[in-house]
Amino acid sequence: MNNWPLLSILVWLPIVGGIAVMLLGDARAALGRWLALGVTVLAFVLSVPLYTGFDSTTAAMQFVERLPWIPALNSDYHLGVDGISLPLILLTTFTTVLVVIAGWSVIEKRPSQYFAAFLIMEGLMVGVFAALDALLFYVFWEAMLIPMFIIIGVWGGVRRVYATIKFFLYTFLGSVFMLVAFVYMYLKTGTYELSAFYQLPLTLTEQVLIFLAFFAAFAVKVPMFPVHTWLPDAHVEAPTGGSVILAAIMLKMGGYGFLRFSLPITPDASRELDWLVIALSLVAVVYIGLVALVQQDMKKLIAYSSIAHMGFVTLGCFLAYDIYANTGATTGAVLGLQGAMVQMISHGLVSGALFFCIGVLYDRLHTREIGAYGGVINTMPVFGAFMVLFAMANAGLPGTSGFVGEFMVIVAAFKANFWYAFFAAVTLILGAAYTLWLVKRVVFGEVANEGVAALKDLNRREFLVLAILAVGVLALGIWPKPLTDVMEPTLQQTLTLMSASKL
Amino acid sequence: MNTTPVAGAADFALVAPEIFLLCAACAILLIDLWLPQRLRQVTYLLSLVALVVSAVLVAGLPGERMTAFGGTWISDPVAKLLKLVTCGTVAAVFLYSRDYLLARGLFRGEYFVLGLFATLGIFVMVSSGSLLTMYMGIELLALSQYALVAFDRDSPVAAESAMKYFVLGAIASGALLYGISIIYGVTGTFDLDELAAGLDGSAATNVGLLFGLAFLMAGIAFKFGAVPFHMWVPDVYHGAPTSVTLFLGAAPKLAYFALALRVLAEGLGSAVQAWQDMLIVLAVLSLVVGNLVAVAQTNLKRMLAYSTISNVGFILLGILAGTPDGYRAALFYVVTYVIMAVGSFAMIVALSRRGFEADRIDDFRGLAQKSPWFAWMMLFLMVSTAGVPPFVGFFAKLYVLQAIVDVGFVWLAGVAVLFSVVGAFYYLRIVKVMFFDEPAPGLAVSASGSFRFLLSVNALAVLALGLFSGALLDAINRALP
Repeated sequence: MNNWPLLSILVWLPIVGGIAVMLLGDARAALGRWLALGVTVLAFVLSVPLYTGFDSTTAAMQFVERLPWIPALNSDYHLGVDGISLPLILLTTFTTVLVVIAGWSVIEKRPSQYFAAFLIMEGLMVGVFAALDALLFYVFWEAMLIPMFIIIGVWGGVRRVYATIKFFLYTFLGSVFMLVAFVYMYLKTGTYELSAFYQLPLTLTEQVLIFLAFFAAFAVKVPMFPVHTWLPDAHVEAPTGGSVILAAIMLKMGGYGFLRFSLPITPDASRELDWLVIALSLVAVVYIGLVALVQQDMKKLIAYSSIAHMGFVTLGCFLAYDIYANTGATTGAVLGLQGAMVQMISHGLVSGALFFCIGVLYDRLHTREIGAYGGVINTMPVFGAFMVLFAMANAGLPGTSGFVGEFMVIVAAFKANFWYAFFAAVTLILGAAYTLWLVKRVVFGEVANEGVAALKDLNRREFLVLAILAVGVLALGIWPKPLTDVMEPTLQQTLTLMSASKL
Repeated sequence: MNTTPVAGAADFALVAPEIFLLCAACAILLIDLWLPQRLRQVTYLLSLVALVVSAVLVAGLPGERMTAFGGTWISDPVAKLLKLVTCGTVAAVFLYSRDYLLARGLFRGEYFVLGLFATLGIFVMVSSGSLLTMYMGIELLALSQYALVAFDRDSPVAAESAMKYFVLGAIASGALLYGISIIYGVTGTFDLDELAAGLDGSAATNVGLLFGLAFLMAGIAFKFGAVPFHMWVPDVYHGAPTSVTLFLGAAPKLAYFALALRVLAEGLGSAVQAWQDMLIVLAVLSLVVGNLVAVAQTNLKRMLAYSTISNVGFILLGILAGTPDGYRAALFYVVTYVIMAVGSFAMIVALSRRGFEADRIDDFRGLAQKSPWFAWMMLFLMVSTAGVPPFVGFFAKLYVLQAIVDVGFVWLAGVAVLFSVVGAFYYLRIVKVMFFDEPAPGLAVSASGSFRFLLSVNALAVLALGLFSGALLDAINRALP
């Protein structure tokens, strides 16, 4: 099995499957659904050997595939995984299965294209995480926008056109500057190979400009304050599956970009400008947390909560410089990076699950207004239990995955600067406030109206999705070691790269 | 003059495709005269055959650079490549136009004969080794185009566009010719090779030469439709019958690229400092104006006209780099742009029918529900033109960016990508209209099987060339070593 081009299969199987589903057409939508489910399950099954066959004692790239792609540019079709990309690829294949199940019977409009879009997305997202050639990475990174654009635009809510164009243009605008940076480094090195970019010496001015170009791309994707405004719109308007993919995976690409590109390629600029990232992260944690508190729309609330949680990811990534300056030791610094990674995976599960929960309610009452609900637990006890669990995870309750990442980042923040930790820890209060208040208003209390009184509890399909996610959230919360072990050597190497000056 | 004044068989061998094309066009014109309307298909088929034979003759030309007729004619790999692409493009235009012309009672021999003469003009431009040969090619192409625009003689809009095009085009030709005469006065030669040999580093400060260059540049910019010489583009694209717009928007761009390459890069290469600055102004203005104004258009043909202007900006960026990489990037760009432009205009043709031009953006409403396959094809074309990977339009932009960053114009690259984002908006609007809006009544692709097939191949080529852009890039590197 180790000789199989697993990564290529994970990229191209869903894409080919997606095209097949689309060609089947809406007339044979039932067949298309099963095909889509089959392809995603197969992709997930095939991604498991990546984990079992992964050698977690080394930071080297594994499952490497390399073929010449554009020889004139020294650009290769070069795929591989390490401890950073492996968990994210697993998260991608895992989430897509759930998205297909969740959309099973609720999508009535052009179902074959819906499933096709998600399958193609899956292949492209795996490609983003697996690409080791900057040009190939960029191709996947941008190509991904097209299916997402269609998903939000066709199956979205009332203001879907505005939201999807905003989403596309924001991310496109951010990314094009990254392209210019890639081109610049290509001309210096003569190749688009990522490892060559790691070796390339750059002056501080060059690094700062490249860092800012990367920052434009990744900060929009994360998204960081103040370029986050596309996210609430996109989330609110997207169909449930689109929101889940956005929250669970696409946002992670920003964090992944910082770890894979910004920190190792421009270490000195990252050191010079870490205050900027840290400040914006803390603003995201505190200010966006407050914004989340006042939302009336459930999806918007979770969208803002996502921004706040992703603030932890960027914070964890950039804490290392201060920790290193304060203590001279690297142990705490790795903790920050690990926290960021764990937070990304955990947030993928938790926010995905919360969007599923909102989708469940929305499918029944066709509103996302918090005020339209109340006392849901009386009519939907099983759903209520799940919702409370995921809300607790979102608030960072110990025992759930949400706690692990936040705790690691806060501990690392203490080693860097007390005030960083202080503001970061505010999230424990704010996060608890907005999620628990949401749960109180939606789930608990008296049955608010006839609509709620007529609600039916989860069907088997919905139960399956939420139960799988619940297992993931708890497992990661109680025993995160398998995850942290996998990423440890790679993050050590990232730390080495980001602490070595390139001047 | 150090070459023999007497032309020999070797000289004629190098112009065999052009001689054939000229004879074929004349013969078809005569044959068409005696054909009854019901046999008009014969003209159409003969024209296609003429193009195919020309392409075969071009393919048989030697692969290295050779000159003929005392240096006034150049046969080299880049000319070969451009001629082959031209043949393919014009043939595609003829195929796309057939149904459209038939439905409107415009299926007349003149369309094809004029198309062939225009093709001949392109061939002459592409191979010219002297400014005079170039001018002959330009005029042959231009006159054919004026007539083509006015081809639908009952349409007042078309007549108005043709008149505009003709008057403005004549002024531009005058400017070009004036520039050529001044350059001749300063250097004493029309021959591009002699021009290049006679000029040295001081050329960029030679006032007389610069004066001539400015007029020459105005002529080139007008032909390309670069801002501020772009005024004719939207009106002509909009006013001409769509099958003519299809022609105007595609193949001639190859010739104008050759014009810029031959005159600026080969003839006036040592004055690069001087024309680089002029091209920067033209390119930036084209990018800015083309992209911004395109946003405000409601007519698809006009929108695509402004999109052409912005794409010309990119082509000029490649040329202004002044390096072999830059010329290659521009060549790659122009070839791929032609493929995308032909496909996009063909989509309008596909949706049009007798008495109805589907040239408003609203006419594409809900296409994804009526004809999902063609909606996806149009999506490929639009997204590719916007420069989103993995489509070929992205790689075209990438190579141009590489070329200009390589010569130190990082800021220009920044401007170019910034306005590409603006451009993305209006291409996305087409996608939005097709996929997100409810369908307009009674609208579906009603084209014939061969048309559908060609359009599908055209759009899928945009994807395939993107995924495997290395192959095209290699061909281009061989053509422009």
